Parts: sequence; structure tokens; C-alpha cells
Amino acid sequence: MRRLGALLLTGLLAGCSVGGTSDGPRTVVLVTHDSFGVDPAALEKFKADTGITVDVRKSGDAGALTNQLVLTKSAPIGDVAFGVDNTYASRALDQGVFLPYKSPEADKGPQRYGIDSNNLLTAVDVGDVCVNVDPTPLAAREQTPPATFEDLADPRYKDMLVVEDPSTSSPGLAFMLATIAHYGQQGWVGYWQRLKSNGVKVVSGWEEAYSQEFSGSSGKGPRPLVVSYASSPSAEIGTDGKARTSALLDTCFRQVEYAGVLSGAKNPEDAKKVLDWLLSEPFQKQVPTTMYVYPAREGVALPAEWQQAAPQPPSPASLPAKDIQANRERWIEQWRAAVRG
Amino acid sequence: MARGRPRLAGPLAAAALPLGFLAVFFLWPVAAIIRLGIGPGVTRALTAGRTWDLVAFTLGQAAAATAIALVAGLPVAFLLARTSVRGNGFVRAVVMVPFVLPTVVVGLAFRALLPSAGVLAIVLANAFFNVAVVARTVAGLWSHVDRRAEDAARALGASRVRTFLAVTLPALRPAIGSAAAVVFLFCATSFGVVLMLGGGEYGTLETEIYLRTVQLFDLPGAAALSLLQVVAVVAVLVAGALVRRRSTALRLRGRADTARRPSGGEWVVVAAAYAVVAALLVPVATLVARSFESGLDGYRALAGRGYRGSLDVTGWQAVVNSLRAATDATLIALVLGTLACVALVSLGRARIRPGIVESVDTALMLPLGVSAVTVGFGYLVTLDALPGDLRTSAALVPLAQALVVTPLVIRMLLPVLRSIDDRLRQAAATLGASPWRVWREVDVPLAARSFLGATAFGYVVALGEFGATSFLARPDSATLPVVIGRLVGRPGELNNQMAYAGCALLMLVTIAAVVIVDRLRVGSVGEF
Repeated sequence: MRRLGALLLTGLLAGCSVGGTSDGPRTVVLVTHDSFGVDPAALEKFKADTGITVDVRKSGDAGALTNQLVLTKSAPIGDVAFGVDNTYASRALDQGVFLPYKSPEADKGPQRYGIDSNNLLTAVDVGDVCVNVDPTPLAAREQTPPATFEDLADPRYKDMLVVEDPSTSSPGLAFMLATIAHYGQQGWVGYWQRLKSNGVKVVSGWEEAYSQEFSGSSGKGPRPLVVSYASSPSAEIGTDGKARTSALLDTCFRQVEYAGVLSGAKNPEDAKKVLDWLLSEPFQKQVPTTMYVYPAREGVALPAEWQQAAPQPPSPASLPAKDIQANRERWIEQWRAAVRG
Repeated sequence: MARGRPRLAGPLAAAALPLGFLAVFFLWPVAAIIRLGIGPGVTRALTAGRTWDLVAFTLGQAAAATAIALVAGLPVAFLLARTSVRGNGFVRAVVMVPFVLPTVVVGLAFRALLPSAGVLAIVLANAFFNVAVVARTVAGLWSHVDRRAEDAARALGASRVRTFLAVTLPALRPAIGSAAAVVFLFCATSFGVVLMLGGGEYGTLETEIYLRTVQLFDLPGAAALSLLQVVAVVAVLVAGALVRRRSTALRLRGRADTARRPSGGEWVVVAAAYAVVAALLVPVATLVARSFESGLDGYRALAGRGYRGSLDVTGWQAVVNSLRAATDATLIALVLGTLACVALVSLGRARIRPGIVESVDTALMLPLGVSAVTVGFGYLVTLDALPGDLRTSAALVPLAQALVVTPLVIRMLLPVLRSIDDRLRQAAATLGASPWRVWREVDVPLAARSFLGATAFGYVVALGEFGATSFLARPDSATLPVVIGRLVGRPGELNNQMAYAGCALLMLVTIAAVVIVDRLRVGSVGEF
């Protein structure tokens, strides 16, 4: 058994990830979702400037994050939270998860996306869900790309669109909400019935839709239209420097991601400084590359390829957070009946 | 031979640690989150027709996948246990590869291979992940089963089939029961595969618990489904325990005595085993092919943080993180699993009422069958009561992984330990050996190979673990499966290439881990 013992001992010495917490005197725990990204250099810079260590803890997707914050409001798992979006926000706002705080940076753009009158949440970034098009197969058939919701239901574009199931996918939910905002409570179910007869394909997640069914991604699938993000074309730039795909800017729904100081934060003053930092120019400048979203702050230049391939939609659809919260389950049921039934 | 109470003190002490771990990191959190949801909503959910459709689909697809995994896994087990054919080391390693692959990537591969296959694709993908459980668990016991009983049956005129059915199969029953229970639980709780290959049209208790908890925050609905899940899991485990119940010990032999060159009709079984391995390699090969689609770009990208820095760590850092987390989890699970086995075997030998032993055994398996979301949310509402608030600690990742790996270790070790003929131990004791010496001279040598097998298996499962890790990991400790999931979830060709290169790397690490562990010679025993 000696060699086995030696192996186990080596394992013990070589690799223990247990322990090693970083609870220094000025540590702020930032709770966020698993799509969060930050340039490590930006984190280091913030630490050098303020002496505050930001300890990032990811906890599932935006929905999981919101529910965790609600469940742990009496014993919070951090000091500041980022990533609650407008489709989940009212759940957290109703439950007293956040402390009121108006950041001095909030007037520089984030106020445009304000969601509550008490300054509980501050917008950090904006991500628009839009239909993306791969124009090449359409050009081969001498067709122009569609532009509007109506076009998507037009028989000229039969069997071309792939969407995500709103019950399992965040862009899928956003696109369903876009159709509700556009067609209203009365008309949206009928629109989906028309999409269904026009051969819309439903898959459960973005990965299958975009990287497998969509013809414009590396998966080179069969369908030239897909529900994705306004930012996605910036990642599909060919060797000639031109974008191979584009977003249909009249089919978008605005997802806004918010940050807030948690009530019960151990270190609320430093937590506020971290929130200010999330709104500051250095952080805002890197959100396109690390998280594929648009900065909430005004006057922050987008990366060059974004300016060319991924302009921000001028007037995307949106719905009040309260309505989304109140109707989410019913709308998904209605959608299921219309599309699956 | 005194069989009085004092002999129970040791086993009970050994059982305390694994049972305590189970209570703190599983039973308490699950009970707490279910209790939060208890209310009128539970009755409403339990009487809804859709709920019972979910139960039926969950159990049906899991049963079908388990049956396929058993049929496919048994020939491979025979090949590994009973034959000395060149290339067995390769087969032993390669069957483990599916286990470590992220479900998102396997889901995409199956969608490409079987477009519009629906339920069939779900069942096949679940079986694909689990052939290794059957092959390795059954081979672990089979390689020690004395061949002479079969030879005698043959000499007395029984056909090969009859010999297999009348002699071999009954001897293997505990291992087959063990494997079937584990596979069933894995399939019943599989999540990504069901969503992805079902295209959102099919749901299981697991996917619905996720949607209720995470999307809709309907805790009463989730509690009702979690209760159903627990009841179903306990029912399956009890059935499995009854199958595993064995009245007679086997005459276990060292492996060298039992492996031979196949002869005659055995080649048919060997051919079937190779066919299974080839089938397993089809999705694996498509992934490897994709990783080379634009040359070595994906592999070069592993040194960086993805297209324009999509990741918090580089690909290589993720590899290191994976190896470290899996090492921690495997060590914890080996300690807990071995203690649990020692306790269960000793209690069994001490002729405690079998019901008690089986209840403990069943309880230790529960974590395999209960939703990761239920456990994860349960942690949030309980673990802050412990000193040091483990809820967001990096230490929780290996602990949560160990929760999954420990039952696997138990299921691989226990059939072998239980099958050891007690007369060997009695003989040793009569010759003056202390109880500790009996373990060292009798049980350890015969179970050593299974222990190594369990180590390799546990390590691979921990390497591939995604649920708990993605839920709890900090950005700088992201493991390779987490990184792959993130890359696949981003647009951009380079991200995709890097994801597939990451998969190929994960396969290599898996094969290396299995080969290294399998090659360890347990010198003092001289059996292998």
C-alpha cells in the first residue's frame, strides 16, 4: 500500500483548494451571476486606488441569483449584488433585499434605466435581445433580409427562424416579451400562431439555437435567422474585417442589468464604493468585451468592431418590471399552448 | 469469537463521520428548503395532472436508459474482468471518457448525430454517460469471482449460456444491482441532456424543480416535486437493496487467477464489447474532430482567456483548478466512502438486523437522486448557521462534489467486501490475528483493486462535475467544465474552437488519470 499512500499524500500536498479565503479588513463581496466577467487588471487597479479587495462570487444565472438574494436577505451572502435584470427585478425590490443608495455616478447615464423611486437598484449595463440574420444564404436566393416582426411571419421567410423556449432560456423569454410589448396582450398569441405556421423552430437554449441551428455561427446550421443579442455580430467578423451577420434592430427587447447594495451588508460604505466603481468609466469601458453588453453610462466609447457590427438598437421594446413579474408564469403557459399545442 | 456489543463500538464510530457529513451537507439543507415551501401550494402541485406526467416520464426514460446501459456495459465488464486481451487498459480508460464530458457539449453532439430523435436521443445520451458505471462496477466484482464454479458447470455439460445464467449472473447480482441503482439515479436526475435533446418539449422532475426554483421562485411547487423525487429515489434504492441482498459469500480470487484469453463463443462477447466501445467513441470522435476544425487555433487559444478575454482564467489555469478540486473531492470521498464501507460490512458481519444496515446504506446513496438545485438552495438557508459561513466558501465545492462521489465509492467497494467469504476471516482470527490484522490480511488485498478503481472513478466524476461547481465556484477557481460551458455560451468562432479543444484536453486528462491509477501496483500484496 505504500505507493498508494505516497500518491494520496502527494495529492494532499500538491493540491488543496480548501481554505484560502480572502477576508481581509477591507473586502467587499460582490455576488453576481455566472456570466459576470471583469478584466483582472481593472480589479487590481481598483484595489490599488481604494485599498478595497473585491471578492467576486458567482451564483448561477440571473434568475438563480435573484432568488438566492431573496432567500438570504436576513443573512446575506455578500455586500453588493450585480446582475439582477429587469425581468426579475421586481421580485427582489418587493422583498427588501437592497438598501437605498444613489451613486454620484448614477446621473451620468444609468438614471435613464431607473426602475424604482427609492434608488434601490442602479443600472450597470444594457443588453438587447434581437433577431440576428445571416444574409449570405438569403442573398444566394436573391432575397433581402427581413426587418420587422411582421416579416418574420411572412411566408417568404418560411422555415428560417430559430428561437429559444421562454421557459428555459433568458433570450427566449426576452423575445417573447418583445412580441408582447409589440402586439399587446390581445395580439401576441396570434402572432406566435402565425410564426408557428411559418415554420419557427423552438429549441431549449441559446447554445443550440445560435451555435448549432444558426447558419451565421461557426456551427454553420441550416437557419439564417436566430434570436440572440444585438452584440453577437461583433464576434462574427470575417478575415476581411467585415461582419458576417447583423441584428434586426426593430425586433429587440431591452434587458437592463442592475446592481444594488444588499441590506445587511457587513461593510455598506465600501460596498457603495464598489457600486460607484461598477458605474465608473474604467469598468464601463470593458463591459462590451467581458460581458457582451452595452455600458449604461453615457459617452463611453464602444470597441471599434462594435461600432461597425453591433450598433445599439435605438428604440427597443420593453415592459414594466412589475408586469413581467405578475404575468411571467401565465404568459409562458399561453406561449406553450400556442406554440407547443 | 465474541460477537458481543463491544465489537460494535468500532463500526459505529466509523459510521459516524460519513453519516454526520450526510446529515449536515445533505439531509439538513434539503429538509430546510422543502420546509420553506410547505403550504397549500404543495397539495395543488401534487394533484396537478402535469406533475404525474413528469413522474412517469422521469421514471420511464431513466428505466430505459438503465436497461440500455446494462446491456451495453456487461460485455465490456466481461472483457475487462475475464479476459487478458491486449488493449484492455485502453478500453478501461476510454469507457470513462463520456463521464467527464460536459452535458452541453454531449447534448450538441447528440443533436447533430440524431436530429429530431427526441426521447430516443435522451435515452441514448443518458446511457452513453453511464455505460462506464456498469462496466467498472461489475468488472470490479467479476474479476474476483472464482472461475472454478463455472468450469465445473461446463464440465458437467452446461452450455455457456446456461452457465452464465445459472452460475455467473447470480454471483454478479450485487454488483449489477449496485450499478443499476447508480445509473438509474444519474438518469433520473439528468438535466442538461433532457432540456437540450427534448427541445423543451419533455420535462422531468429534475428540470421542473429547476424551473420552479430558479425561474418562477415557486417554492411550494418545487417542494412538492422534491418530495416526490425523494420518495421515488427511496423506492428505487430499496428495490436495489433487495436485489443486492446476498445470503452466501463468494469464493473471491485474485485477478491473475481469473483472467484468461477468450476462447470459442467468448469471442462473440468480446466482439460485442468492442462494438459498444466503438459506439461510445462516435460522439467522442465528433468532438475531437471539431476541436481540429481550424487547425490548432483552439489549442493555442487555451493559453489565453478566450476571444477578447471572455473568461476570468486561461484554459490552462482551468485545467489546474480542475485537477486540484477533483483531488480534494476524491480524497474526502475516499475517506468517507471507506469508513462507510467498513462500518456497513462490520455491522453486517455482527449480524445486526439487516434492515438497519440497509437503511444506512440507502441513506448514503440519496444524494445521487436529489436535485442539485434543491441541495444548492438548501445550503443558502442553512449553512450560515455553521461557523465560518460555508455558503460562499471555496471549500464548499469539493465538499459538494464529495457528496456525489462518496456513494459511488461505496457502491464500488461494498459488493467486493461483502462477497468475501467470512470463513477466511474466521480462519485468520483463529490463527491469532487481531481484527485490524484480519482486515489487513484478508479484506484489503481482495478489495485493493476495487479501491483503486473507485479512486479513478471518483476522480473522473469529480473532474467532470458541473452542477455544484458552476453554482459555487469563484471566477478565479473556474474548472475546465465550467470554462467550456461558458465558451459554448458565447458567440465567436475562436470561443467555440477553444471549447472543443478544452473537451479534448479533458478527455486526455481523464484517460491519463485512469491509466495512472490502474497502473499502480499494490506491491505488498503481490496479487496483480
